Amino acid sequence: MTDEQEPPEHPTSLRGPSEGVPAKPKGEVPGVAADVAALVSGLKTTLTESFRPVVTTMYPEDKTPRAERYRGRHYLRRYDNGLERCIGCELCAAACPVGCILVIAAENTDEQRVSPGERYAKTYEINMLRCIFCGYCEEACPVQAIVLGPEYELSDTSREKFIYTKEKLLEPLPPDVQARLDAKPLSNPPHGLGRDSTRAQ
Amino acid sequence: MSGLYNDPVGHWVVVVVAMTLLLFVVLTATAYTVWFERVALGRIQRRPGPNRVGPAGLLQLAADGVKLAFKESFIPAETDKLIYVIAPTIGVAAAFLAWAVIPIGLWYNVQYWIADVNIGILLVFAASSLNVYAIVLGGYSSNNKYSLLGGLRSAAQLISYEMALGLSLVPTFMIVGSLRLRDIVQYTVSWGPYHGPLPLIILTPIGFVIYLIAATAETNRTPFDLPEAEQELIGGFLTEYSGLKFTMYYLAEYLNVITVSALATLLFFGGWYLWIVPPVLAFLLKVVLFLFLYIWLRGTFPRLRYDSLMRLGWKVLLPLAIANVIVTGIVLVAVQG
Repeated sequence: MTDEQEPPEHPTSLRGPSEGVPAKPKGEVPGVAADVAALVSGLKTTLTESFRPVVTTMYPEDKTPRAERYRGRHYLRRYDNGLERCIGCELCAAACPVGCILVIAAENTDEQRVSPGERYAKTYEINMLRCIFCGYCEEACPVQAIVLGPEYELSDTSREKFIYTKEKLLEPLPPDVQARLDAKPLSNPPHGLGRDSTRAQ
Repeated sequence: MSGLYNDPVGHWVVVVVAMTLLLFVVLTATAYTVWFERVALGRIQRRPGPNRVGPAGLLQLAADGVKLAFKESFIPAETDKLIYVIAPTIGVAAAFLAWAVIPIGLWYNVQYWIADVNIGILLVFAASSLNVYAIVLGGYSSNNKYSLLGGLRSAAQLISYEMALGLSLVPTFMIVGSLRLRDIVQYTVSWGPYHGPLPLIILTPIGFVIYLIAATAETNRTPFDLPEAEQELIGGFLTEYSGLKFTMYYLAEYLNVITVSALATLLFFGGWYLWIVPPVLAFLLKVVLFLFLYIWLRGTFPRLRYDSLMRLGWKVLLPLAIANVIVTGIVLVAVQG
Protein backbone atom coordinates (compact mmCIF):
# COMPACT_ATOMS: atom_id res chain seq x y z
CA MET A 1 0.00 0.00 0.00
CA THR A 2 1.43 3.33 -1.02
CA ASP A 3 0.17 6.76 -0.18
CA GLU A 4 0.41 7.93 -3.77
CA GLN A 5 -2.69 6.25 -5.13
CA GLU A 6 -3.90 7.15 -8.54
CA PRO A 7 -7.32 8.81 -8.46
CA PRO A 8 -9.94 6.36 -9.75
CA GLU A 9 -10.51 6.71 -13.41
CA HIS A 10 -14.09 7.69 -14.17
CA PRO A 11 -15.47 6.96 -17.63
CA THR A 12 -16.88 10.46 -17.97
CA SER A 13 -16.00 13.80 -16.54
CA LEU A 14 -18.09 14.61 -13.49
CA ARG A 15 -18.40 18.34 -13.98
CA GLY A 16 -20.00 20.36 -16.67
CA PRO A 17 -23.14 20.19 -18.77
CA SER A 18 -22.52 16.62 -19.90
CA GLU A 19 -22.24 15.29 -16.36
CA GLY A 20 -22.82 11.57 -16.36
CA VAL A 21 -23.57 11.50 -20.06
CA PRO A 22 -21.46 9.03 -22.00
CA ALA A 23 -19.17 10.67 -24.49
CA LYS A 24 -20.63 10.74 -27.97
CA PRO A 25 -18.87 8.46 -30.44
CA LYS A 26 -16.21 10.20 -32.44
CA GLY A 27 -16.86 10.90 -36.07
CA GLU A 28 -20.30 11.89 -37.22
CA VAL A 29 -22.47 13.57 -34.61
CA PRO A 30 -25.99 12.13 -34.65
CA GLY A 31 -28.42 14.79 -35.70
CA VAL A 32 -32.10 15.34 -35.01
CA ALA A 33 -33.03 12.85 -37.73
CA ALA A 34 -31.00 10.10 -36.06
CA ASP A 35 -32.56 10.93 -32.69
CA VAL A 36 -36.05 10.78 -34.13
CA ALA A 37 -35.18 7.51 -35.88
CA ALA A 38 -34.10 6.13 -32.51
CA LEU A 39 -37.41 7.16 -30.96
CA VAL A 40 -39.34 5.61 -33.84
CA SER A 41 -37.43 2.36 -33.57
CA GLY A 42 -38.35 2.27 -29.88
CA LEU A 43 -42.02 2.81 -30.71
CA LYS A 44 -41.84 0.10 -33.34
CA THR A 45 -40.38 -2.35 -30.84
CA THR A 46 -43.15 -1.82 -28.32
CA LEU A 47 -45.85 -2.00 -30.98
CA THR A 48 -44.58 -5.28 -32.41
CA GLU A 49 -44.24 -6.68 -28.87
CA SER A 50 -47.85 -5.82 -28.18
CA PHE A 51 -49.00 -8.08 -31.01
CA ARG A 52 -47.02 -11.07 -29.84
CA PRO A 53 -48.78 -13.60 -27.63
CA VAL A 54 -49.14 -12.92 -23.93
CA VAL A 55 -46.73 -14.96 -21.84
CA THR A 56 -48.62 -14.81 -18.54
CA THR A 57 -49.78 -18.12 -17.10
CA MET A 58 -53.37 -17.65 -15.94
CA TYR A 59 -52.52 -19.18 -12.60
CA PRO A 60 -55.55 -20.68 -10.96
CA GLU A 61 -56.74 -22.07 -14.30
CA ASP A 62 -53.38 -22.85 -15.90
CA LYS A 63 -50.36 -24.00 -13.99
CA THR A 64 -46.76 -24.20 -14.95
CA PRO A 65 -45.44 -27.77 -15.05
CA ARG A 66 -43.44 -28.95 -12.06
CA ALA A 67 -40.07 -30.56 -12.52
CA GLU A 68 -39.91 -34.31 -12.02
CA ARG A 69 -37.88 -33.91 -8.87
CA TYR A 70 -39.89 -30.97 -7.51
CA ARG A 71 -40.13 -31.11 -3.73
CA GLY A 72 -43.67 -30.41 -2.66
CA ARG A 73 -46.05 -32.10 -0.25
CA HIS A 74 -44.96 -35.40 1.30
CA TYR A 75 -46.44 -38.81 0.73
CA LEU A 76 -46.05 -42.03 2.63
CA ARG A 77 -45.82 -44.84 0.12
CA ARG A 78 -47.02 -48.43 0.16
CA TYR A 79 -45.79 -51.63 -1.46
CA ASP A 80 -47.80 -53.02 -4.34
CA ASN A 81 -49.49 -55.48 -1.99
CA GLY A 82 -50.82 -52.62 0.11
CA LEU A 83 -48.39 -52.89 3.02
CA GLU A 84 -46.87 -49.65 4.23
CA ARG A 85 -43.25 -49.09 3.42
CA CYS A 86 -42.51 -47.16 6.59
CA ILE A 87 -40.75 -49.27 9.23
CA GLY A 88 -40.81 -46.61 11.92
CA CYS A 89 -37.03 -46.22 12.08
CA GLU A 90 -37.26 -42.43 12.64
CA LEU A 91 -34.28 -41.73 10.41
CA CYS A 92 -36.37 -39.09 8.63
CA ALA A 93 -37.10 -37.35 11.92
CA ALA A 94 -33.39 -37.47 12.74
CA ALA A 95 -32.44 -36.07 9.35
CA CYS A 96 -34.99 -33.29 9.42
CA PRO A 97 -33.17 -29.98 9.99
CA VAL A 98 -36.22 -28.24 11.45
CA GLY A 99 -37.58 -31.17 13.42
CA CYS A 100 -41.02 -31.13 11.86
CA ILE A 101 -41.45 -34.93 11.69
CA LEU A 102 -42.83 -36.95 14.55
CA VAL A 103 -42.69 -40.75 14.31
CA ILE A 104 -43.93 -43.09 17.03
CA ALA A 105 -43.27 -46.68 16.11
CA ALA A 106 -45.10 -49.82 17.14
CA GLU A 107 -44.34 -53.54 16.77
CA ASN A 108 -45.87 -55.51 13.96
CA THR A 109 -47.56 -58.70 15.03
CA ASP A 110 -48.71 -61.64 12.92
CA GLU A 111 -52.33 -60.66 13.53
CA GLN A 112 -51.75 -57.03 12.79
CA ARG A 113 -49.20 -56.60 10.03
CA VAL A 114 -48.92 -53.08 8.68
CA SER A 115 -45.42 -53.10 7.21
CA PRO A 116 -43.13 -55.92 6.18
CA GLY A 117 -40.49 -55.05 8.75
CA GLU A 118 -40.46 -55.58 12.51
CA ARG A 119 -42.05 -52.25 13.31
CA TYR A 120 -44.29 -49.74 11.68
CA ALA A 121 -45.15 -46.09 12.28
CA LYS A 122 -48.13 -45.91 14.60
CA THR A 123 -48.03 -42.14 14.41
CA TYR A 124 -46.48 -40.21 11.57
CA GLU A 125 -46.96 -36.46 11.60
CA ILE A 126 -45.35 -33.68 9.63
CA ASN A 127 -45.78 -30.06 10.65
CA MET A 128 -46.06 -28.40 7.24
CA LEU A 129 -45.64 -24.93 8.71
CA ARG A 130 -42.17 -25.88 9.85
CA CYS A 131 -41.16 -27.99 6.89
CA ILE A 132 -38.66 -26.34 4.58
CA PHE A 133 -39.08 -28.96 1.83
CA CYS A 134 -35.39 -29.79 1.78
CA GLY A 135 -36.02 -33.43 0.97
CA TYR A 136 -33.57 -34.79 3.58
CA CYS A 137 -36.27 -37.11 4.93
CA GLU A 138 -36.61 -38.67 1.51
CA GLU A 139 -32.84 -39.12 1.29
CA ALA A 140 -32.60 -40.56 4.78
CA CYS A 141 -35.37 -43.14 4.37
CA PRO A 142 -33.90 -46.64 3.91
CA VAL A 143 -37.10 -48.06 2.36
CA GLN A 144 -38.19 -45.07 0.24
CA ALA A 145 -41.30 -44.74 2.34
CA ILE A 146 -41.47 -40.97 2.48
CA VAL A 147 -41.30 -39.03 -0.78
CA LEU A 148 -41.99 -35.43 -1.72
CA GLY A 149 -44.67 -35.02 -4.36
CA PRO A 150 -45.41 -32.28 -6.84
CA GLU A 151 -48.25 -30.50 -4.97
CA TYR A 152 -47.33 -27.01 -3.82
CA GLU A 153 -50.67 -25.36 -3.04
CA LEU A 154 -50.80 -26.15 0.65
CA SER A 155 -52.66 -23.15 2.00
CA ASP A 156 -55.23 -23.73 4.69
CA THR A 157 -57.29 -21.82 7.19
CA SER A 158 -55.87 -22.86 10.55
CA ARG A 159 -52.56 -23.84 12.01
CA GLU A 160 -53.93 -27.17 13.21
CA LYS A 161 -54.72 -28.21 9.66
CA PHE A 162 -51.05 -27.96 8.77
CA ILE A 163 -50.16 -30.90 11.02
CA TYR A 164 -50.36 -33.59 8.36
CA THR A 165 -51.27 -36.86 10.03
CA LYS A 166 -50.53 -40.32 8.80
CA GLU A 167 -54.02 -40.62 7.30
CA LYS A 168 -53.37 -37.52 5.22
CA LEU A 169 -49.88 -38.53 4.16
CA LEU A 170 -50.47 -42.17 3.36
CA GLU A 171 -51.06 -43.12 -0.25
CA PRO A 172 -54.38 -44.76 -1.01
CA LEU A 173 -54.36 -48.56 -1.31
CA PRO A 174 -53.40 -49.90 -4.71
CA PRO A 175 -56.59 -50.34 -6.75
CA ASP A 176 -56.30 -54.14 -6.98
CA VAL A 177 -55.89 -54.50 -3.21
CA GLN A 178 -58.77 -52.12 -2.64
CA ALA A 179 -60.91 -54.10 -5.06
CA ARG A 180 -60.05 -57.35 -3.28
CA LEU A 181 -60.98 -55.85 0.06
CA ASP A 182 -64.23 -54.53 -1.32
CA ALA A 183 -65.14 -57.88 -2.83
CA LYS A 184 -64.38 -60.03 0.21
CA PRO A 185 -64.47 -58.29 3.57
CA LEU A 186 -61.91 -59.75 5.89
CA SER A 187 -63.28 -61.08 9.14
CA ASN A 188 -60.35 -59.63 11.04
CA PRO A 189 -58.98 -56.83 8.90
CA PRO A 190 -55.33 -56.10 9.58
CA HIS A 191 -54.63 -52.75 11.17
CA GLY A 192 -53.90 -50.16 8.55
CA LEU A 193 -55.55 -51.99 5.69
CA GLY A 194 -59.15 -52.17 6.79
CA ARG A 195 -59.09 -48.72 8.29
CA ASP A 196 -58.65 -47.11 4.92
CA SER A 197 -61.33 -49.12 3.19
CA THR A 198 -64.44 -47.75 4.84
CA ARG A 199 -66.68 -49.43 2.30
CA ALA A 200 -65.39 -52.84 3.30
CA GLN A 201 -66.90 -52.60 6.77
CA MET B 1 -84.22 22.56 -31.12
CA SER B 2 -83.24 26.16 -31.68
CA GLY B 3 -86.54 27.31 -30.21
CA LEU B 4 -85.74 25.49 -27.01
CA TYR B 5 -82.31 27.10 -26.95
CA ASN B 6 -83.72 30.60 -27.32
CA ASP B 7 -86.29 30.16 -24.57
CA PRO B 8 -84.62 31.36 -21.35
CA VAL B 9 -85.96 28.50 -19.21
CA GLY B 10 -85.62 25.87 -21.92
CA HIS B 11 -82.04 26.89 -22.45
CA TRP B 12 -81.15 26.19 -18.85
CA VAL B 13 -83.01 22.89 -18.91
CA VAL B 14 -81.02 21.83 -21.94
CA VAL B 15 -77.76 22.97 -20.38
CA VAL B 16 -78.38 21.19 -17.09
CA VAL B 17 -79.38 17.97 -18.85
CA ALA B 18 -76.36 18.23 -21.11
CA MET B 19 -74.06 18.84 -18.15
CA THR B 20 -75.40 15.82 -16.31
CA LEU B 21 -75.02 13.67 -19.38
CA LEU B 22 -71.54 14.96 -20.06
CA LEU B 23 -70.48 14.35 -16.46
CA PHE B 24 -71.64 10.76 -16.76
CA VAL B 25 -70.07 10.25 -20.17
CA VAL B 26 -66.76 11.82 -19.23
CA LEU B 27 -66.52 9.91 -15.96
CA THR B 28 -67.23 6.64 -17.76
CA ALA B 29 -64.74 7.56 -20.46
CA THR B 30 -62.11 8.24 -17.81
CA ALA B 31 -62.70 4.88 -16.17
CA TYR B 32 -62.37 3.08 -19.46
CA THR B 33 -59.32 5.12 -20.40
CA VAL B 34 -57.65 3.71 -17.31
CA TRP B 35 -58.77 0.22 -18.33
CA PHE B 36 -57.55 0.81 -21.89
CA GLU B 37 -54.23 2.05 -20.61
CA ARG B 38 -53.72 -0.90 -18.33
CA VAL B 39 -54.60 -3.40 -21.05
CA ALA B 40 -52.50 -1.65 -23.70
CA LEU B 41 -49.51 -1.31 -21.38
CA GLY B 42 -49.95 -4.95 -20.49
CA ARG B 43 -49.89 -5.99 -24.12
CA ILE B 44 -46.78 -3.93 -24.74
CA GLN B 45 -45.15 -5.84 -21.88
CA ARG B 46 -46.78 -9.10 -23.04
CA ARG B 47 -49.09 -9.27 -20.05
CA PRO B 48 -52.87 -9.57 -20.33
CA GLY B 49 -53.66 -6.60 -18.08
CA PRO B 50 -56.79 -6.60 -15.94
CA ASN B 51 -58.97 -9.51 -17.05
CA ARG B 52 -60.64 -10.85 -13.93
CA VAL B 53 -63.43 -8.47 -12.96
CA GLY B 54 -66.24 -8.67 -15.45
CA PRO B 55 -65.87 -9.62 -19.12
CA ALA B 56 -62.33 -8.79 -20.28
CA GLY B 57 -61.76 -6.97 -16.99
CA LEU B 58 -64.15 -4.20 -17.98
CA LEU B 59 -65.50 -3.87 -14.44
CA GLN B 60 -62.03 -3.58 -12.92
CA LEU B 61 -62.40 0.16 -12.52
CA ALA B 62 -65.71 -0.24 -10.71
CA ALA B 63 -63.99 -2.56 -8.27
CA ASP B 64 -61.09 -0.14 -7.90
CA GLY B 65 -63.46 2.76 -7.41
CA VAL B 66 -65.38 0.98 -4.67
CA LYS B 67 -62.13 0.04 -2.99
CA LEU B 68 -60.84 3.60 -3.10
CA ALA B 69 -64.14 5.06 -1.95
CA PHE B 70 -64.22 2.88 1.14
CA LYS B 71 -60.65 3.60 2.17
CA GLU B 72 -60.10 5.61 5.30
CA SER B 73 -59.91 9.32 4.54
CA PHE B 74 -56.57 9.84 6.17
CA ILE B 75 -54.97 13.22 6.74
CA PRO B 76 -51.34 13.01 7.82
CA ALA B 77 -50.09 14.93 10.83
CA GLU B 78 -48.85 18.51 10.53
CA THR B 79 -50.46 19.06 7.16
CA ASP B 80 -52.12 22.26 6.09
CA LYS B 81 -55.49 20.58 6.36
CA LEU B 82 -57.65 23.00 4.42
CA ILE B 83 -55.32 23.18 1.43
CA TYR B 84 -54.61 19.48 1.66
CA VAL B 85 -58.31 18.72 1.22
CA ILE B 86 -59.04 21.44 -1.32
CA ALA B 87 -56.08 20.75 -3.65
CA PRO B 88 -57.44 17.56 -5.26
CA THR B 89 -60.84 19.14 -5.81
CA ILE B 90 -59.22 22.01 -7.69
CA GLY B 91 -57.62 19.51 -10.02
CA VAL B 92 -60.77 17.59 -10.75
CA ALA B 93 -62.94 20.71 -11.04
CA ALA B 94 -60.52 22.31 -13.49
CA ALA B 95 -60.39 19.14 -15.53
CA PHE B 96 -64.19 19.00 -15.76
CA LEU B 97 -64.48 22.72 -16.49
CA ALA B 98 -62.59 22.34 -19.75
CA TRP B 99 -65.27 19.98 -21.00
CA ALA B 100 -67.89 22.71 -20.85
CA VAL B 101 -66.71 24.09 -24.15
CA ILE B 102 -65.34 21.04 -25.92
CA PRO B 103 -67.66 20.19 -28.81
CA ILE B 104 -68.08 16.47 -29.33
CA GLY B 105 -70.06 16.61 -32.53
CA LEU B 106 -72.86 17.92 -34.62
CA TRP B 107 -75.21 15.13 -35.60
CA TYR B 108 -78.58 15.69 -37.32
CA ASN B 109 -78.51 19.29 -36.10
CA VAL B 110 -78.12 18.15 -32.49
CA GLN B 111 -75.22 19.92 -30.86
CA TYR B 112 -73.15 17.68 -28.64
CA TRP B 113 -71.66 20.41 -26.49
CA ILE B 114 -72.68 22.54 -23.54
CA ALA B 115 -71.42 26.00 -24.42
CA ASP B 116 -70.30 27.36 -27.74
CA VAL B 117 -68.24 30.33 -26.63
CA ASN B 118 -66.12 32.42 -28.93
CA ILE B 119 -63.04 32.05 -26.74
CA GLY B 120 -63.45 28.29 -26.37
CA ILE B 121 -59.86 27.21 -26.68
CA LEU B 122 -58.73 29.98 -24.36
CA LEU B 123 -61.15 28.72 -21.75
CA VAL B 124 -59.83 25.20 -22.11
CA PHE B 125 -56.30 26.40 -21.51
CA ALA B 126 -57.34 28.61 -18.63
CA ALA B 127 -59.07 25.67 -16.98
CA SER B 128 -56.37 23.13 -17.66
CA SER B 129 -53.63 25.41 -16.36
CA LEU B 130 -55.46 25.47 -13.02
CA ASN B 131 -54.26 21.90 -12.68
CA VAL B 132 -50.87 23.22 -11.60
CA TYR B 133 -52.50 24.67 -8.48
CA ALA B 134 -53.83 21.26 -7.55
CA ILE B 135 -50.40 19.73 -7.86
CA VAL B 136 -48.38 22.53 -6.25
CA LEU B 137 -50.81 23.04 -3.37
CA GLY B 138 -51.09 19.30 -2.84
CA GLY B 139 -47.32 18.99 -2.72
CA TYR B 140 -46.98 22.04 -0.48
CA SER B 141 -49.62 21.09 2.04
CA SER B 142 -48.67 17.43 2.45
CA ASN B 143 -45.78 18.11 4.84
CA ASN B 144 -43.60 15.67 2.97
CA LYS B 145 -40.38 16.49 1.21
CA TYR B 146 -41.14 14.18 -1.71
CA SER B 147 -44.49 15.84 -2.20
CA LEU B 148 -42.89 19.25 -2.08
CA LEU B 149 -40.22 18.25 -4.60
CA GLY B 150 -42.89 16.84 -6.89
CA GLY B 151 -44.94 20.00 -6.57
CA LEU B 152 -41.97 22.23 -7.32
CA ARG B 153 -40.96 20.17 -10.32
CA SER B 154 -44.50 20.29 -11.53
CA ALA B 155 -44.72 24.07 -11.22
CA ALA B 156 -41.54 24.54 -13.24
CA GLN B 157 -42.54 21.96 -15.82
CA LEU B 158 -46.09 23.13 -16.37
CA ILE B 159 -45.10 26.78 -16.67
CA SER B 160 -42.32 25.91 -19.11
CA TYR B 161 -44.48 23.84 -21.38
CA GLU B 162 -47.62 25.92 -21.18
CA MET B 163 -45.95 28.63 -23.25
CA ALA B 164 -44.91 26.21 -25.97
CA LEU B 165 -48.35 24.63 -25.84
CA GLY B 166 -50.14 27.94 -26.27
CA LEU B 167 -47.81 29.17 -28.98
CA SER B 168 -48.06 25.90 -30.90
CA LEU B 169 -51.75 26.62 -31.49
CA VAL B 170 -51.38 30.25 -32.51
CA PRO B 171 -50.79 29.41 -36.21
CA THR B 172 -54.08 27.47 -36.15
CA PHE B 173 -55.96 30.53 -34.88
CA MET B 174 -54.19 32.73 -37.40
CA ILE B 175 -55.29 30.48 -40.25
CA VAL B 176 -58.86 29.98 -39.04
CA GLY B 177 -59.29 33.45 -37.62
CA SER B 178 -61.32 32.27 -34.62
CA LEU B 179 -60.87 30.84 -31.15
CA ARG B 180 -64.25 29.13 -31.26
CA LEU B 181 -63.63 25.40 -31.34
CA ARG B 182 -66.58 24.79 -33.65
CA ASP B 183 -65.18 27.25 -36.18
CA ILE B 184 -61.80 25.54 -36.09
CA VAL B 185 -63.38 22.15 -36.71
CA GLN B 186 -65.63 23.47 -39.45
CA TYR B 187 -62.82 25.33 -41.16
CA THR B 188 -63.25 24.64 -44.84
CA VAL B 189 -61.00 25.31 -47.76
CA SER B 190 -61.69 25.61 -51.43
CA TRP B 191 -58.64 24.40 -53.23
CA GLY B 192 -59.06 23.30 -56.82
CA PRO B 193 -61.98 20.88 -57.00
CA TYR B 194 -61.94 20.33 -53.25
CA HIS B 195 -64.30 22.23 -51.04
CA GLY B 196 -64.89 21.03 -47.54
CA PRO B 197 -63.48 20.48 -44.09
CA LEU B 198 -59.76 20.08 -43.90
CA PRO B 199 -57.76 18.55 -41.08
CA LEU B 200 -55.61 21.46 -40.04
CA ILE B 201 -52.56 19.27 -39.48
CA ILE B 202 -51.90 19.62 -43.20
CA LEU B 203 -51.41 23.34 -42.68
CA THR B 204 -49.77 23.26 -39.26
CA PRO B 205 -47.67 20.08 -38.96
CA ILE B 206 -44.97 21.68 -36.80
CA GLY B 207 -47.60 23.12 -34.51
CA PHE B 208 -49.02 19.64 -34.10
CA VAL B 209 -45.67 18.11 -33.16
CA ILE B 210 -45.04 20.85 -30.60
CA TYR B 211 -48.58 20.46 -29.28
CA LEU B 212 -48.18 16.72 -28.92
CA ILE B 213 -44.95 17.01 -26.92
CA ALA B 214 -46.07 19.97 -24.82
CA ALA B 215 -49.45 18.39 -24.10
CA THR B 216 -47.72 15.23 -22.87
CA ALA B 217 -45.70 17.40 -20.51
CA GLU B 218 -48.79 19.36 -19.46
CA THR B 219 -50.63 16.22 -18.45
CA ASN B 220 -47.61 14.87 -16.52
CA ARG B 221 -47.50 11.79 -18.68
CA THR B 222 -44.46 9.63 -19.27
CA PRO B 223 -41.84 10.59 -20.50
CA PHE B 224 -42.55 13.89 -18.73
CA ASP B 225 -43.96 12.50 -15.50
CA LEU B 226 -41.31 14.00 -13.27
CA PRO B 227 -43.80 15.47 -10.75
CA GLU B 228 -44.99 12.03 -9.77
CA ALA B 229 -41.86 10.02 -10.59
CA GLU B 230 -42.62 6.85 -8.66
CA GLN B 231 -39.05 5.65 -8.57
CA GLU B 232 -37.44 8.88 -7.39
CA LEU B 233 -40.17 10.74 -5.54
CA ILE B 234 -42.35 7.80 -4.45
CA GLY B 235 -45.28 9.44 -6.18
CA GLY B 236 -44.36 13.12 -5.77
CA PHE B 237 -47.36 15.22 -4.85
CA LEU B 238 -49.48 12.05 -4.65
CA THR B 239 -47.35 10.51 -1.89
CA GLU B 240 -49.55 11.49 1.05
CA TYR B 241 -52.86 11.13 -0.73
CA SER B 242 -55.09 8.10 -0.50
CA GLY B 243 -58.70 7.09 -0.86
CA LEU B 244 -61.05 9.54 -2.51
CA LYS B 245 -58.54 12.39 -2.58
CA PHE B 246 -56.14 10.20 -4.49
CA THR B 247 -59.00 9.19 -6.76
CA MET B 248 -59.63 12.84 -7.56
CA TYR B 249 -56.04 13.41 -8.61
CA TYR B 250 -56.12 10.23 -10.64
CA LEU B 251 -59.40 11.24 -12.24
CA ALA B 252 -58.06 14.70 -13.05
CA GLU B 253 -54.93 13.26 -14.62
CA TYR B 254 -56.83 10.96 -16.95
CA LEU B 255 -59.44 13.58 -17.67
CA ASN B 256 -56.66 15.90 -18.75
CA VAL B 257 -55.27 13.21 -21.00
CA ILE B 258 -58.67 12.84 -22.63
CA THR B 259 -58.96 16.62 -22.87
CA VAL B 260 -55.67 17.05 -24.69
CA SER B 261 -56.54 14.12 -26.97
CA ALA B 262 -59.88 15.74 -27.73
CA LEU B 263 -58.19 19.06 -28.39
CA ALA B 264 -55.69 17.44 -30.74
CA THR B 265 -58.62 15.89 -32.55
CA LEU B 266 -60.50 19.17 -32.76
CA LEU B 267 -57.60 21.42 -33.64
CA PHE B 268 -55.61 19.24 -36.00
CA PHE B 269 -57.71 16.33 -37.23
CA GLY B 270 -61.04 17.82 -38.16
CA GLY B 271 -62.96 16.97 -35.01
CA TRP B 272 -66.08 14.97 -35.79
CA TYR B 273 -65.61 14.90 -39.55
CA LEU B 274 -64.35 11.62 -40.91
CA TRP B 275 -65.62 10.57 -44.32
CA ILE B 276 -68.97 8.78 -43.78
CA VAL B 277 -68.43 7.82 -40.16
CA PRO B 278 -71.19 9.29 -37.93
CA PRO B 279 -69.88 12.48 -36.29
CA VAL B 280 -69.81 11.51 -32.62
CA LEU B 281 -68.32 8.10 -33.40
CA ALA B 282 -65.68 9.71 -35.59
CA PHE B 283 -64.75 12.03 -32.74
CA LEU B 284 -64.58 9.10 -30.34
CA LEU B 285 -62.44 7.08 -32.73
CA LYS B 286 -59.94 9.88 -33.17
CA VAL B 287 -59.75 10.52 -29.43
CA VAL B 288 -59.17 6.83 -28.76
CA LEU B 289 -56.36 6.80 -31.29
CA PHE B 290 -54.75 9.73 -29.51
CA LEU B 291 -55.21 8.03 -26.16
CA PHE B 292 -53.49 5.00 -27.59
CA LEU B 293 -50.66 7.22 -28.79
CA TYR B 294 -50.17 8.58 -25.26
CA ILE B 295 -50.25 5.08 -23.80
CA TRP B 296 -47.86 3.89 -26.47
CA LEU B 297 -45.46 6.69 -25.57
CA ARG B 298 -45.76 5.75 -21.92
CA GLY B 299 -44.99 2.13 -22.69
CA THR B 300 -41.96 3.04 -24.76
CA PHE B 301 -39.98 5.98 -23.47
CA PRO B 302 -38.11 6.39 -20.21
CA ARG B 303 -38.50 9.51 -18.12
CA LEU B 304 -36.51 12.57 -19.12
CA ARG B 305 -33.86 13.90 -16.81
CA TYR B 306 -34.83 17.22 -15.25
CA ASP B 307 -32.29 19.34 -17.11
CA SER B 308 -33.18 17.65 -20.43
CA LEU B 309 -36.82 18.45 -19.74
CA MET B 310 -36.06 22.12 -19.18
CA ARG B 311 -33.72 22.27 -22.17
CA LEU B 312 -36.33 20.71 -24.43
CA GLY B 313 -38.99 23.10 -23.21
CA TRP B 314 -37.11 26.36 -23.30
CA LYS B 315 -34.41 25.84 -25.90
CA VAL B 316 -36.18 23.67 -28.46
CA LEU B 317 -39.97 23.81 -28.24
CA LEU B 318 -40.40 27.48 -27.36
CA PRO B 319 -38.14 28.92 -30.11
CA LEU B 320 -39.62 26.45 -32.56
CA ALA B 321 -43.13 27.52 -31.63
CA ILE B 322 -42.28 31.21 -31.97
CA ALA B 323 -40.60 30.60 -35.33
CA ASN B 324 -43.67 28.66 -36.39
CA VAL B 325 -45.89 31.63 -35.54
CA ILE B 326 -43.65 34.05 -37.44
CA VAL B 327 -43.35 31.84 -40.52
CA THR B 328 -47.10 31.19 -40.58
CA GLY B 329 -47.72 34.92 -40.33
CA ILE B 330 -45.42 35.66 -43.24
CA VAL B 331 -46.97 32.93 -45.37
CA LEU B 332 -50.49 34.09 -44.53
CA VAL B 333 -49.69 37.65 -45.50
CA ALA B 334 -48.04 36.44 -48.70
CA VAL B 335 -51.00 34.21 -49.63
CA GLN B 336 -53.85 36.48 -48.64
CA GLY B 337 -52.06 39.66 -49.68
